[in-house]
Amino acid sequence: MILTNVGSVPGKKIVEHFGIVQGSTVRAKHIGRDMMAGLKNLVGGELKGYTELLQDSRQEAMDRMAEQARQLGGNAVINIRFATSSVTQGAAELFAYGTAVRVE
Amino acid sequence: MLETILNYSDLSIFLGLMVIGYTCGTIAEKRHYKSIIKREKELVKLMVVNAEGRFAEGAVRTSFLVNGSTVVSNDYFKRLLAILRNIFGGRVKAYESLIDRARREAILRMKEEARSKGAHMIVNLRLETSTIGRSANKKKQIGSIETLAYGTAVVMNRP
Repeated sequence: MILTNVGSVPGKKIVEHFGIVQGSTVRAKHIGRDMMAGLKNLVGGELKGYTELLQDSRQEAMDRMAEQARQLGGNAVINIRFATSSVTQGAAELFAYGTAVRVE
Repeated sequence: MLETILNYSDLSIFLGLMVIGYTCGTIAEKRHYKSIIKREKELVKLMVVNAEGRFAEGAVRTSFLVNGSTVVSNDYFKRLLAILRNIFGGRVKAYESLIDRARREAILRMKEEARSKGAHMIVNLRLETSTIGRSANKKKQIGSIETLAYGTAVVMNRP
């Protein structure tokens, strides 16, 4: 599966379009991590736990998107965009969408 | 000495938190900027553009998506400064440096991932910022900030 965020797959020709595919996941960290993040809020700096969490969830959202593209018969997803939103307190939604295509 | 601290325990906790926040925050920021500048110099050869590249046929071997992200938050002292700033308006310097740092770090992480996979350049860079965490939905407080950088890494046939 080829994933790109440009309008085409560089160096390859698109032979078929399958429309929009998307994947999303909503995740929260357990309370211990949230408390650690609260403490870290005092001194500032990077919140490693959250960075990890978001990277994992983004990977999962991308996997789901790729799975959907595979089911449609595509072998690449182009023009991928990411979005993040906080749905409730302490939970984040990671969302990825793109166009499924088949390349040579 | 101890008596006065105990008498004004609320105030002393507040002051203590401010001092801790100020010292730790300042040290961490300086250190972070140093490492950012050093790594940016190392990675300056890896080109990043935010336009869609046009490539001649057969010039590209593979392409794949790379991303890098950071979640950062401000220290207690700077957050207080920002709240004060809200009253008078104007530039909130405390947050400017924080977001600048986070964004550069995210780009660096993306570049590091691209380099470790053998890419020659990154096209169509996109940057995104969002607030997450406990206080994300409260209007008054700015919670933790996530910055995300992503783009398409390209491996050329002939570098």
